[in-house]
Amino acid sequence: MLPPGAIVNLGRGLPVLVADYTRPDGNVMLQSENGLLGTGPRPEAEDTDPTVSNASKEPVTLRPGGSVFDLAESFDMIRGGHVDIALLGAFQVSADGDIANWATEIGGTLPPAVGGAMDLASGCPEVWALMSHCDREGKPKLVERCTLPLTARGVVTRIFTDKGTFEPAPGAGFRVIERTPALSAGALQSLTGAPLIAFDEARTFATLQA
Amino acid sequence: MSAPYITSSASDFDEIGFGKIVSNAQLALDGLCGGATVLVGGFGDSGIPFGLLHAVRDLGLRELTLVSINAGSGLEGIASLIAGGCVRRIVCSFPRTAGSVAFEAAYTEGTIELELVAMGTLVERIRAGGNGTAAFYTRTAADTLLAEAKEVRVFDGRPHVLETAIRGDVALIRAHKADAFGNLVYRGTDRNLNPVVAKAASRVIAEVDEVVPLGLISPEEVVTPGVYVDRVIRSGDLHHS
Repeated sequence: MLPPGAIVNLGRGLPVLVADYTRPDGNVMLQSENGLLGTGPRPEAEDTDPTVSNASKEPVTLRPGGSVFDLAESFDMIRGGHVDIALLGAFQVSADGDIANWATEIGGTLPPAVGGAMDLASGCPEVWALMSHCDREGKPKLVERCTLPLTARGVVTRIFTDKGTFEPAPGAGFRVIERTPALSAGALQSLTGAPLIAFDEARTFATLQA
Repeated sequence: MSAPYITSSASDFDEIGFGKIVSNAQLALDGLCGGATVLVGGFGDSGIPFGLLHAVRDLGLRELTLVSINAGSGLEGIASLIAGGCVRRIVCSFPRTAGSVAFEAAYTEGTIELELVAMGTLVERIRAGGNGTAAFYTRTAADTLLAEAKEVRVFDGRPHVLETAIRGDVALIRAHKADAFGNLVYRGTDRNLNPVVAKAASRVIAEVDEVVPLGLISPEEVVTPGVYVDRVIRSGDLHHS
């Protein structure tokens, strides 16, 4: 799903797992906001270098052609639009492309945290959301309008869930690009908080992996 | 190792001093007092000046403002200052992480004030503080809670938020190697916020693994030029003081 030659930032949570599925000899370069370009897969236990880690603070390897730099350089890349794709986890994405994905204050007890989410969402030309189709209570995460505090407005260009691949269609709903063969149009619509468009033209997943 | 245009050998300069290398925590932190704003390098546990932070905690200062990416985990580093009651306010991007118990306790009790800042904006505000820029407009955080009560202007059809510079009284940084002038080299991703805060404080104190003679860090290798650095102390000297 990552185009050849792309510079991609993998957000915390689900997206960082994508690093283990990229080919180390491929030409996609992964950027980590803590100051790494060319992040490789997780190291074998014995050759862990404690001074190379990713934005989730886990040890990683550096692939050939990789570089390390400070946070000013890292956020120049992100805010200046030099990172092509931000692949972000999300709580909600709206039909207008709004995204809500930062940890706001919970009930006045757990403090908030934002990290680089807003910089990535506002700075990268392509913002892709990678998330479960519904939340833990079974409520749709693809919605008409976000009810959670926004990370950025009108930036999401593609959404990947366990049920399909979608594109925001502002004012209309979500265009279905790809879908699981396991659900009918009605069933998928019932799990989605805004109208689905072009269901019949969507490809179905060749295989549905767990 | 030296670049060809360095004409003298390193040993010729052994006796040159800049008065920056100090041998104990008292000398390193001399003049730091309660109420100060302290910029701290590091990201997670990576590139954190643990020895300097523990030395600050041991001074028992109060009412400090910290500026950092995280708020520490466990009871080490930044968390040791918070648990020790030294911190009144923290300007921070990702305070809640696995193990951020000291911060969460202080936050819940209302003994610490949090200014939450998007990470790139935090970095840029510190950079502005270091290069004489008073303020700037950024797209980041437009239309969000973090832009509430801030001035917004539209450029190129998109809203931008006015953000102001951050400077510190002191910056505490962690590097791998230093020479007598305070030129610094970092290891791996330990670099992170360290070179940025090194430009934005009235006094910059670097904790390093080793100090080498002048000339043994090649000019191309220097990441933070010594002009920014006021004091250098070996990590070993901090832990033993």
